[in-house]
Amino acid sequence: MAVVAPASEKPAPIRRRSRLSETWLYMRQSKSGMLGLTILVFHILIALSSPLIVPFDPTEISASLKNLSPSGEHLFGTDQFGRDVFTRVLLGGRIALAITLTATVMAVTWGGTLGILLGFLGGRIDEAVMRVVDALLAAPYILFLLLIVSALGSSNRVLIFTLGFFYGIAVVRVARAATLDFVARDFITAARARGERRMTIVLRELLPNVMDILLVEFAMRWSWMLLAFSSLSFLGFGVSPPTPDWGLMIAESRKALQFAPWTAIFPMIALGTLVIGINLAADAVAKALGLDRTQGAPV
Amino acid sequence: MNEPFVEVKDLTIGYRNRQGQIVNVLRGVSLMMPRGGALGLVGESGSGKSTLGMALLGHLRAGSQVQAGTVRFEGVDPFALNPAELRALRGGRIALIPQNAAESLTPTMRVGDQIVEVLQFNRILVGAEARDLALELLGQVRLPQPEAMFTRYPHELSGGQQQRVAVAKALAGEPELLVLDEPTTGLDVTTQAHLLDLLAEIVARMGTAMLYISHDLGVIARVSDRVAVMYAGEIVEVAAVADIFARPAHPYTRGLLASIPRLTQVGIPKALQGQPPTPGEHGAGCSFTPRCSFADGTCETVAPTLDAAAQPGQLVRCHHWQTVAKIEFSQELQQAFHKAVHTVEPEPVVELAGVDIAYTRRGLIQRLRGLPEPPATVSDITLTVHKGETLALVGESGSGKTTIVRTIAGLLLPRMGSLKFKEYDLNVGVDRRPLELRQQIQLIFQNPDASLNPRHTVAEILDQPLRLYFNLSRSERRERSIELLERVRLGPHYRLRYPGQLSGGEKQRVAIARAFAAEPQLVLCDEVTSALDVSVQAAVLDLLAELQAERGVTYIFIAHDLALVHAFADRVAVLYQGRLCEVGSTDEIYTPPHHPYTETLLAAAPRPVPGLRPHMLGSDVPELAPPPRGCPFQRRCPRRIGSICDEEAPPWRVPVEGHMIRCHIPLDELETAQVSAAEHLIPLESLSSSVSSN
Repeated sequence: MAVVAPASEKPAPIRRRSRLSETWLYMRQSKSGMLGLTILVFHILIALSSPLIVPFDPTEISASLKNLSPSGEHLFGTDQFGRDVFTRVLLGGRIALAITLTATVMAVTWGGTLGILLGFLGGRIDEAVMRVVDALLAAPYILFLLLIVSALGSSNRVLIFTLGFFYGIAVVRVARAATLDFVARDFITAARARGERRMTIVLRELLPNVMDILLVEFAMRWSWMLLAFSSLSFLGFGVSPPTPDWGLMIAESRKALQFAPWTAIFPMIALGTLVIGINLAADAVAKALGLDRTQGAPV
Repeated sequence: MNEPFVEVKDLTIGYRNRQGQIVNVLRGVSLMMPRGGALGLVGESGSGKSTLGMALLGHLRAGSQVQAGTVRFEGVDPFALNPAELRALRGGRIALIPQNAAESLTPTMRVGDQIVEVLQFNRILVGAEARDLALELLGQVRLPQPEAMFTRYPHELSGGQQQRVAVAKALAGEPELLVLDEPTTGLDVTTQAHLLDLLAEIVARMGTAMLYISHDLGVIARVSDRVAVMYAGEIVEVAAVADIFARPAHPYTRGLLASIPRLTQVGIPKALQGQPPTPGEHGAGCSFTPRCSFADGTCETVAPTLDAAAQPGQLVRCHHWQTVAKIEFSQELQQAFHKAVHTVEPEPVVELAGVDIAYTRRGLIQRLRGLPEPPATVSDITLTVHKGETLALVGESGSGKTTIVRTIAGLLLPRMGSLKFKEYDLNVGVDRRPLELRQQIQLIFQNPDASLNPRHTVAEILDQPLRLYFNLSRSERRERSIELLERVRLGPHYRLRYPGQLSGGEKQRVAIARAFAAEPQLVLCDEVTSALDVSVQAAVLDLLAELQAERGVTYIFIAHDLALVHAFADRVAVLYQGRLCEVGSTDEIYTPPHHPYTETLLAAAPRPVPGLRPHMLGSDVPELAPPPRGCPFQRRCPRRIGSICDEEAPPWRVPVEGHMIRCHIPLDELETAQVSAAEHLIPLESLSSSVSSN
């Protein structure tokens, strides 16, 4: 149906949608994005509800039930100590998810704020801080992580803070680069000319524009961090046994790969799907947030 | 050879939107062009003119499809060609000169090599032969020292020179048809005048046909022999250039012509009401109906066809063209201009005295070596602006207009001199100015796309100055923002929209509302209308004039369009290279004696009157830095008298109190020379008499 365009002073028939629902609309068009989101939600739901639904005690050891292959009773089989793998896989993501999620929020928050501030301020402070950031980026993370964890122990708090710190460094760079795109725009000049406070400019003018990029960055960092956390567990620096954790389970059962492959494969699948799910969702969010969309251009 | 040169028949191009409906950008466009003809294509942004131009080259924007109709170039359908044939057609028989030469030239290749590449591709000329021809082409587009130019990279050239290289590149394939998509938009008026002159000459000499796409009717009048006016994806009128400008038959053409400010007319032109429909949102009848004063019931339901009108070769798409054509257009035009009335008080608001502004400072090493300060970007500016007055700052890009305004706003600091706003000292940055001073000076920017935060709703945008400057409650702020929106003629329902959901004109209204939310005394307007369509420009000027009459604000108004300044300003300051050339009231500036630079600008300004050729003055090569001594305009001056211009700073000459010209030439000499030079420009009155004598 054709609609007659009104004369300018009368309201034009514009469908008003909030940015969130607009993004959701685009997001829904992406099949891979929806798949990723479904996987992610599924994992989170399981993590939340698993203590209530698991059929066995995850730490119950039984010599007679050692290395049973998957069956009706033990869906994923049992491991070398006779523990139910299904139960442990369901529970094994809880700690990983909780720690990495908190640490990612921390990383994006501090990295994002510092990055925007540096991009906005520019000059010598920017130059100096960015060189430190570059130096830290050049060093291999995992070594730093191992060093700190072995020095301070692997309590949850230490893990969250170290992961949150190291993964925030890269966010500084990204947020700063994104900010540089906007600081030269006239709306920032306008805010300066009005005499707005710096913090107001950073939080009210710049942050909403950089938010997209930070959101995507959040998803990307999260998936990387999950892998890093599992690596730590795998190397024996993360969660301590007998707490169920995917990385730890893979580490413990890798010797059994030949005769009881299910003990390693199921936690691998769980970890793999979660990381893939986050990545797919992140890609779709990035596309759905494309800047051309905010300008109302037809796509 | 019996095939027509260019024939477009019922061409409909559309894309499928997200809802899966087909949205047509072009709707049943038919067009004929003879060999060697020059067709001007005019329309507001979004009217489909570029889509049509690109269709001749067999190019469609991604996602678009030809829904119906045909394009024939000497019997060849460009859409039916395979990629190899299409490559031979484009750049060979049809060439494109795009809007932004800086983006169309390869940045990593020397310009000469880029032309040689075209030659080799199209004509299999190799080595020295191709090189010689490329040099010849560079000479033909009047680039100085073709040999030197040949080895330059695009970034080493000025905007005008880049556009000339683009022209040379297009001509390299010896095309039969040139498609020009706004090739001079964004260039300075003097550069534009030179380039248009060059194009006209080349077309005449080589017999190349030209499809010239532009939104600027002044440019169209200069280059085309026939004009097609587009509206909402349709051609609404086609006629010979003289008929379009003197006897337009379509209400839209008339509205468009009446909305351009003219050098020969004082006052603000009449704005064209409303805005064009977005693609796919037009009604069943004539798409212009909502904005048309002639519209009736028929127009709403029955779409008019493109029929022959009164003049030979004139086609018009209107049910009522006979009624429209009966009204003498020149008279309608006379009535279209109205002068904005406002009172100017003698009390000075802004006073600049001997202001120098520089972006670069001497480094420590230069200072230790005792090197002199580099010449300031803006130097020796002495100006007074009175309460309620509109002062226009005029000059080409790089003349320091924006620099001065930003210094007044406190975003830059002057190197020397004093700036005062009422009793306040402006020699401090915005951070250290008191709140009430910041509140009294507000800025409006050129491009509302950039000056409004895309992530803020209109309500949030208007809230910021209200929150910063006034101690108001949430509901009071809400009320104020609604009042402001109504004042700029946008309804309260605009509060919840994002800038991306507004048209260009609406965005600029929001920007104006934001500036006025602070209840300022002085508003600095930086090219506020240049990013807008002509039809919207006049409405924005009207709004600014009303606000001034109502609140007695003072404007400092930056513009490069002299006709626009004529429409709006009380006084004008002409700047070249950051130096004042001439200051005076609008009438004084627009009548001789002028400063030679003012004269150059006036002569180069495109006018919507066909048959006028600008008298070209000076060179169009922009300078990067002002000369160290003498008159700043010495190198380009058409009236240079000799070495005195290079050596001595010219004196201020004062024809009447308040009018100052900075030139070595005595005033009476300037006046005599300029009156005779201006004689061949036809004023509007004599145009109307020539119309009635026909």
